Amino acid sequence: MKSLAELQAIKERTLKNMTARNDSEDATRIVVGMATCGIAAGARPVMNAFTEELARRSLKGVTVSQTGCIGMCQYEPIVEVFVPGQEKVTYVQMTVEKVAKIVNDHIVNGNIVTEYTVGAVAK
Amino acid sequence: MRELSLNILDIAQNSIAAGASLTNIEVAEDTAKHELTITVRDNGCGMTAEQVANVLDPFFTTRTTRKVGMGIPLFKLAAEQTGGCLKIESEKGKGTTTSAVFKTDSIDFTPLGDVTSTVAILISMNTDRDFIYKRSRDGESFVLSTVEMREILGGVPLNEPEVVQWMKDYINEQTNILLGGVNQ
Repeated sequence: MKSLAELQAIKERTLKNMTARNDSEDATRIVVGMATCGIAAGARPVMNAFTEELARRSLKGVTVSQTGCIGMCQYEPIVEVFVPGQEKVTYVQMTVEKVAKIVNDHIVNGNIVTEYTVGAVAK
Repeated sequence: MRELSLNILDIAQNSIAAGASLTNIEVAEDTAKHELTITVRDNGCGMTAEQVANVLDPFFTTRTTRKVGMGIPLFKLAAEQTGGCLKIESEKGKGTTTSAVFKTDSIDFTPLGDVTSTVAILISMNTDRDFIYKRSRDGESFVLSTVEMREILGGVPLNEPEVVQWMKDYINEQTNILLGGVNQ
């Protein structure tokens, strides 16, 4: 059974391994639209999938955060990826299945998944 | 919204936007009455009486980015279609309490869904805020409080992957025990 005492163990383990967090300007940011439109379209499992995939790969220097309505509700769930020094990439109609590919191709290997971007989907 | 837990996430986002440092989320079930009550209570900036009167109108919003706010009207609809109701109490500078009662035996009752994910996302995405989640059924209950977690964790952030996983496991386990499921 999970207990608060386990948090103490997590604390000790984590503090030992914790390196300076890379939340600064040179971090890659993944931003998920979490307004009513995004939530209704399925942003919650998408955000969950990103945090789980990043944790699974132990990727450092990448943050996941939320924002309000991005303004194209019909394309929600929308995810924006900000890689320092590069133009923002907007992925639309996101699903849990698309997350692993974006993390692998774009976040890790630097190749934008063009077919999921707003440019490819929006008519 | 396919699940009431998504409404909870949506309504709690209003508390975040209102600058609340503490948001209480309570899901209470009364099986004899066939009632489920969801309450989101915050200590954010609150609303004036005029704003409260207007908040159920989807075309009223304080946002400047667009003129439509669907969150509260959708939540109200979900409650009323079961024969329940939605109530908002707010005071400028003090905070807002939004509560909705659902009749669980109605055919139009939307399933509660994955509240665990909702709570975990709210906490891990707003590590500078505190949340208290209480789930109860017929008088029995459990509570997850970030205030309490913070005291134990010290400098370890609430969005540390291992901490997030612990939260999810804890809520799932406690919910199962509460609902009379698996008791390990």
